[in-house]
Amino acid sequence: MQVSESKIMEEILSEYHPEKSSLIPVLQAIQKQFGYLPREAMEAIAEYLEIPLSTVYGVSTFYAQFRLEPLGDHLIKVCHGTACHVRGADKINEVLENELGIKSGETTPDGTFTLERVACLGCCSLAPVIMVDDTAHGNLSREKVKKVLAGYRGDPR
Amino acid sequence: MKPKISVGYASCGIAAGASEVDKALRDAVSTTSMDVEVRRVGCVGMCHNEPIVEVHMEEGVYVYGDVSPDDAESIVRSHLGEGVPLEEKLIVSPEKDYDYFSSQKKIVLRNSGVIDPENIQEYIDSGGYDALKKVLDEMSPQDVIDEIKDSNLRGRGGAGFPTGLKWQFAADANADKKYIICNADEGDPGAFMDRSILEGDPHAILEGMIIGAYAIGADEAYIYCRAEYPLALKRLNIGIEQAKERSFLGEDILGTDFSFDIHIKEGAGAFVCGEETALMHSIEGGRGMPRPRPPFPAQKGLFDKPTNINNVETWANVPWIIRNGADRYSEIGTERSGGTKVFALAGKIKRGGLVEVPIGTPLREIIYDIGGGIDQDLEFKAVQLGGPSGGCLPAEYLDTPVDYETLTEAGAIMGSGGMIVMDECDCMVNVAQYFLDFTQKESCGKCTFCRVGTKRMLEILDRFTEGEGSQEDIEKLRSLAKYIKSYSLCGLGQTAPNPVLTTLRYFYDEYIQHIEHGHCTATVCRPLIIFQITDECVGCTRCASECPADAISGDPKSKHVIDQGTCVKCGACVEVCPVDAVEVE
Ligand SMILES: Cc1cc2nc3c(=O)[nH]c(=O)nc-3n(C[C@H](O)[C@H](O)[C@H](O)COP(=O)(O)O)c2cc1C
Ligand code: FES
Repeated sequence: MQVSESKIMEEILSEYHPEKSSLIPVLQAIQKQFGYLPREAMEAIAEYLEIPLSTVYGVSTFYAQFRLEPLGDHLIKVCHGTACHVRGADKINEVLENELGIKSGETTPDGTFTLERVACLGCCSLAPVIMVDDTAHGNLSREKVKKVLAGYRGDPR
Repeated sequence: MKPKISVGYASCGIAAGASEVDKALRDAVSTTSMDVEVRRVGCVGMCHNEPIVEVHMEEGVYVYGDVSPDDAESIVRSHLGEGVPLEEKLIVSPEKDYDYFSSQKKIVLRNSGVIDPENIQEYIDSGGYDALKKVLDEMSPQDVIDEIKDSNLRGRGGAGFPTGLKWQFAADANADKKYIICNADEGDPGAFMDRSILEGDPHAILEGMIIGAYAIGADEAYIYCRAEYPLALKRLNIGIEQAKERSFLGEDILGTDFSFDIHIKEGAGAFVCGEETALMHSIEGGRGMPRPRPPFPAQKGLFDKPTNINNVETWANVPWIIRNGADRYSEIGTERSGGTKVFALAGKIKRGGLVEVPIGTPLREIIYDIGGGIDQDLEFKAVQLGGPSGGCLPAEYLDTPVDYETLTEAGAIMGSGGMIVMDECDCMVNVAQYFLDFTQKESCGKCTFCRVGTKRMLEILDRFTEGEGSQEDIEKLRSLAKYIKSYSLCGLGQTAPNPVLTTLRYFYDEYIQHIEHGHCTATVCRPLIIFQITDECVGCTRCASECPADAISGDPKSKHVIDQGTCVKCGACVEVCPVDAVEVE
């Protein structure tokens, strides 16, 4: 972690009370900043909140939201909720895996896309749905999802 | 009256393109001299018609569906400018009703899609915070609890526990500090009732919570909302700020000595955190693992203090009940359960969206009269209620009234309101496998029955979908289900076998077909199906270029062949074939 990064770390930490109930909000803030939870950050959190590093690790691996690896420029969340499942989420996932040449949970080697499975984005009437960064795309077909993907290619955030 | 245009601006609308439509409307209005207000409102419930634009004129309301940015421009120019509505996109007008709404009864969704959720004044103008004033002016805490008891309101988070009674327990607990929690974790994958309420009418939830706090004597609250709902989180934050400015929240509310504060906690993506004790552990900063009850939260909850937790929809009912009286609420619904329930209707349905009906309304009315029946007029096969804790009901149950007891007897549950319709193309063994895969992954791992038991059940189901397994395995499934239901620590495990048990009960033949005949009638289970190209093939080569596995060969203009060894059975060829020459068996 570079000097500037540890400075940002400190700033984030100072916004929270040093007590255990701050752990999840702190992890969320750190991940928002860095895109994932660097080990150094988890160590700093443990020290600041005066809890064992194992607790920080235990909590961050319990929740699906937290990532211990860096993220690609664009995060593609493929909904696998019930409505999307019966409307062909697997098919959409397969197209994305084929197009990107990676499996769910992985990041493309050039760091452009990360592909992730999620359970329900709350737009079930538009199933199947994916969310790229903060934008949901619904009523997808094989063709449409390829078009959506093309729109993000060569468009670093 | 000054004409008003409202754009449905909830997540579903935005996903369908509401931002572009909103912009087009504003641009179009700004180029004219017309005095028209463009507002952003929550979800109107007709998600199947998004993006939706409403035009409010002197003579009444016009609702447009499937609006594109070009349509938006035409609506301003032609309808507002020249008085000629855009007929082809018109769903509702003063002369034209829409049966999607006529059987519904809106209490919880009374303001959703009507008011601007980011403007507290619009909530107040619709009677908002009157209930709070009434409570502080004329009612004792016990009066409030009695009113909620008389209303027959039951918890909308799934279990259906009587809300007034729950409040009584928390009020009776003796402690220096008490908490209120709003459960906005909405974990059922395929349900979006709570999201729409949070996005469409956040103040109704806040007002309900403030009234609840007064009744039980709490001074602090948490809303635990899933992180997947950024818009809901944003609107809650705005709502809390605005409520504080008006002294509905904070120190000495409306000049009384009652003080109350609400914090927001973002969930971190764990289904089990919807369970109340797990949720509290999560707020406290730990792994979201449930603990045995008793002690119940009303005695020992958040930070070991008495806590009252209710679901989003439960809270949103409270102001209406106080304002209109318990009698008017309990008149709606059934004898044992008052009021309405919001359902998120999705799946293979023509008109999916949010539906609010009196408790006790038959399934058929919801699916056919409101939902318009099955998409593409295929055959109805099942309706899934209650998500991973619920079950699939077949056509024989379409006339079943939706209330807590009847659905539980049928093996499903009312749940939080997810209602997924399935048709003949859905395989019930696959659906059971889908849900078990979900619960097995989401099991927190604390108790053995849930952690290991669901895994063993899933392995059996996996084998079924591959055409393996035996009658004996079905017995094994049943016995595992029995133990998991009886001995799991929390509701997640106790209800996890339900999707398997209901499909076994109502779709037994389908299981037998898989196991004994290696056959999946719905052609969903990939190991059991094959794709073949028939003589209809015109040799257009599209399937060959589409195939991700390069399994199709053939010369242009001659019949193509699928190599069964390479085929991954994704079905891409079926979709691109212009002459329907690919057969699935
Ligand atoms: C595994 C599991 C998940 C749950 N998820 C939710 C949820 O997402 N939202 C909710 O309101 N209740 C959920 N519940 C129910 C809560 O434990 C609790 O009963 C409810 O919030 C009480 O509110 P109510 O009385 O207003 O229904 C869940 C229960 C279990 C066992
Ligand atoms: S199931 Fe995919 S958005 Fe709800």
